[in-house]
Amino acid sequence: MSAASTGTGWDTSLRRGLLLFVAMFVMIVMVGMVQGTASMLLILTQATAYALIALGLNIQWGYGGLFNFAIMGFLMVGGASTVFLSYPVNTAFWDSDGPMLLGRALVALLIGLGLVMLARQSRRIGISGRIRTALIVLAWFAGYVIYRSQIDPAAAYIESTAGFIGGLGLHPVLGWAFGGLVSAVIAFFVGRISLGLRTDYLAIATIGISEIIRALIKNMDWLTRGTMTVSPMPWPTPLPQELRALGFTIQDSFIIARLGFLALTALILVGMFFFVQRAYGGPWGRMMRAIRDNHIAAASMGKNVTGRQLELFVLGSILMGIGGAILATFTQIFDPSGYQPINHTFMIWVMVIVGGAGNNWGVVLGAFLIYIVWVISDPLAQLIFVNLSVLTQELGWGAIPEIDSRALQMRVFVLGVVITIALRYAPRGILPETVRREA
Amino acid sequence: MDELIFFINRVLISGTVLGSIYALGAIGITLIFGILRFAHFAHGDMMTMGAFIAFVLAGVLASAGIVTPLPTGVVVLPVAMVLAAIIALGIDKSFYAPLRQRGARPVTLLIASIGVTLMIQGVIRLIFGSGTRSFFADETKDIFRIDMSWAGAQRPISVTEPQVIMFVVTALLVVALHLFLTRSRLGKAMRAMADNADLAQVSGINTALVVRVTWVIAGSLACVAGTMLALDVALMPDLAFNIVLPIFAAAIVGGLGHAYGAIVGGFLIAFAETLAVFNWTAVLRPLNAVLPEGMALPPNLSLVPTEYKLTVAFIILVITLLARPTGIFKGAST
Amino acid sequence: MALIELKHVVGGYGGAPILNGVDIAIEQSDIGVIVGPNGAGKSTTLKAIFGLLKVMGGTITFAGEEITNSLPDRLVPKGLSFVPQEKNVFTSMTVEENLEMGAFTRTDDFSDTMGWVYQMFPILREKRRQPAGELSGGQRQMVAMGRALMSKPRLLMLDEPSAGLSPRYVIEIFETIVKINGEGVGILMVEQNARQALAFASRGFVLANGQNRFTGTGQELIADPEVARSFLGG
Ligand SMILES: Nc1ncnc2c1ncn2[C@@H]1O[C@H](COP(=O)(O)OP(=O)(O)OP(=O)(O)O)[C@@H](O)[C@H]1O
Ligand SMILES: [Mg+2]
Repeated sequence: MSAASTGTGWDTSLRRGLLLFVAMFVMIVMVGMVQGTASMLLILTQATAYALIALGLNIQWGYGGLFNFAIMGFLMVGGASTVFLSYPVNTAFWDSDGPMLLGRALVALLIGLGLVMLARQSRRIGISGRIRTALIVLAWFAGYVIYRSQIDPAAAYIESTAGFIGGLGLHPVLGWAFGGLVSAVIAFFVGRISLGLRTDYLAIATIGISEIIRALIKNMDWLTRGTMTVSPMPWPTPLPQELRALGFTIQDSFIIARLGFLALTALILVGMFFFVQRAYGGPWGRMMRAIRDNHIAAASMGKNVTGRQLELFVLGSILMGIGGAILATFTQIFDPSGYQPINHTFMIWVMVIVGGAGNNWGVVLGAFLIYIVWVISDPLAQLIFVNLSVLTQELGWGAIPEIDSRALQMRVFVLGVVITIALRYAPRGILPETVRREA
Repeated sequence: MDELIFFINRVLISGTVLGSIYALGAIGITLIFGILRFAHFAHGDMMTMGAFIAFVLAGVLASAGIVTPLPTGVVVLPVAMVLAAIIALGIDKSFYAPLRQRGARPVTLLIASIGVTLMIQGVIRLIFGSGTRSFFADETKDIFRIDMSWAGAQRPISVTEPQVIMFVVTALLVVALHLFLTRSRLGKAMRAMADNADLAQVSGINTALVVRVTWVIAGSLACVAGTMLALDVALMPDLAFNIVLPIFAAAIVGGLGHAYGAIVGGFLIAFAETLAVFNWTAVLRPLNAVLPEGMALPPNLSLVPTEYKLTVAFIILVITLLARPTGIFKGAST
Repeated sequence: MALIELKHVVGGYGGAPILNGVDIAIEQSDIGVIVGPNGAGKSTTLKAIFGLLKVMGGTITFAGEEITNSLPDRLVPKGLSFVPQEKNVFTSMTVEENLEMGAFTRTDDFSDTMGWVYQMFPILREKRRQPAGELSGGQRQMVAMGRALMSKPRLLMLDEPSAGLSPRYVIEIFETIVKINGEGVGILMVEQNARQALAFASRGFVLANGQNRFTGTGQELIADPEVARSFLGG
């Protein structure tokens, strides 16, 4: 790790990595023995999806030094996209006037955007300065009013007749890809407008954007059913109940179904991992490192810094969108109220920082470790509380109330402690980025 | 006339209440940014923590059987502020100061403040559970109704006792802060350090002391803001986590590092939110009498639906960051 | 006894040392001038005295007391003051507030010191309610020097006080420095206008690569043909 061990640096870091992965494997096996194979597979599958998301953040933060606090937003976008593509078709909607009303709303939206574009072009006819700004603001307002005048009745109509627009009934894997695609498009626009900001402003801007996305998805009931949630989402692999119909026991059906899902998810993670790893080892990665470590020098060498950063931002967000889609499919429910910055933005950050920003192996390791810590904090705290409660009862102070909900909160605290310790004692993570010598 | 009263109740009073809370929170964020140069994300949770401290103290007072003319939450405020300031100092010493000494970048401190957020939230929920509590479980919230019948209105202007106290306390604190920053040696040293930290050090200013004063001010104002919010609405563990972004928006709109900007920004964001969700039909209804048949105003004429109220702040935040990250007051300072 | 004395000071910013053994000694009655090529470590020497970087070897004594690696908030009360080369005023604060900040470490009444500074720089009295950021370059330099004088220093250190000023202001600043010295304040300054500064210096130090190359009175250095050829541009 230190500069003194340069000669054997790579060997020791490899050994360290192997040891840590073995330790993680042992932890997983222990969880499996305590909680049962089915729960272990549940945890593993979700951890795999989180690893994919963490990999996405590593591309942005570890490779590019881009601060993204909008992870939750991208996970929601991924989830909502896969709902749209893979949820069964809602014939009640397609048979109603809904599509026509939505079409009108779309036209209204385009007219609104057209107005804005026109206002922006007003310089050509000699309007500039404050007047032009006022014109643009006015155009935005007019566009907003026009759009609202069409979308509000459409939304009300759809919500009262068909509930929501439903899905297209396509294969869930297509839904995941679509999640990645929509995330990419949103990331492109978000990146275009905000990547020029200073790091801390970028953090605040992205967290704001993330909250805007959440508010939209949560309240556009006609599109996402909002707080009424969408379920059950179809799986790409056989569901437990399908296996049970084939004659498996309840226990086995869960294990096999989750194994199948895990295998698919792991395949995607491995594929993405090697793609990212190879790209970063090549000339593209070299350029990215140069940009991250020295903006000015890279820019003066004629590198298109902003363009490259946008690339990283979009690429990372694709992985986040896919990961978010996988999570929604796996839990079979899309619940916009279930998304919280703590679980879906900050936890990913803890994974990347603890694992080692800039090192894909470290980040994957960090994702698994943190997710397992996150999950087992609850039962562990419960155990501690139950024992403490016995003690307080013996002391005559009475039992501790609401142990369940309190224990659940323990994991938030543990997450905070973990990141604090990591920043203090291992700021580069448990598997730090190995400095590559550029030949 | 009733329409005007409705407007006063719904916009002026609500906006001022919210603005006071935002302003007090934003001052802390902006001072910390000015002195320590990082975005302190845990500020919302410092507010929540302050509110819970006041809540516990109020409980102690109540169980001691002490009855006060003012709401107990207000009576215990000075003590709660002191405790909150001490905790803020402790948080800095244990989590931020070691990183600063290592010469960590501002981003690292920002991430550390996320860690602090998680820890405070965890502790609060561990101790208090995640339910909603009220300061007014055992006492009544007095409501003042100012009769406006002399002006021909049927409705009164109504404002609650905590709201009135909030206006007074906020005004007093803002004046006190102003005097501190412009008249006192330490206050000027604080402005000096926000202006040019290196030169402040070279001048022999005790920068460690200035940092401590900053945390004391930020911590105690956060305690007031959190308690006020809890008195006005209710006490929840994620009380201020939801408003930390509007508060950041306020600080950024006012220009990070500028205390007066933060105050203006706080009221600006608050009124923007309140006005955006205000139903204009309620005020414009008399127009229905003059409008031609069939052109009556729709029952709900607000700029954005109520469920998007907080989103207004986020949008202002993002637009400000993109258009003028240094805030809307050019050349303003501290 | 020398007012300030550096003995073989070695120091830098964390990497390889920038100062490789600097020796400087001046009395309270002296005007000491440090000259040398760009990057020689002149500014670094002043910063080392003022505790703004880590001194790894050698000693610094002030009035007989060792002050190696002491921080500014300890040094200012002892009687040292420093005017950095750049960003040396609080731009958002008024001239008077700038001066007050210079007196931060004082607990006594400093109104007479402020009167003394205003007497030295009459223009500052006129502009005392104006933000320092609105002043011209030369006036800012005066604010910076005034701020440093507010602690009533025994040693005033200046980093290139004449940098970027018009020739008229350069002469005015140098005259003021001589005047301040005449009131019993030792001066240690870095200058690019080497020949002009050495002319009124009682002690001159030529630094190159973080080491003393020549030491003597100002006149001796100007007269030395080798100094003139290598460092004063012929
Ligand atoms: N803050 C710093 N961190 C690292 N290195 C620095 C720093 N400041 C200066 N240096 C380096 O130290 C060396 C000496 O710099 P210094 O500023 O002392 O030179 P100088 O003699 O004052 O030159 P100039 O005439 O340009 O002011 C230079 O090589 C410079 O690059
Ligand atoms: Mg220099």
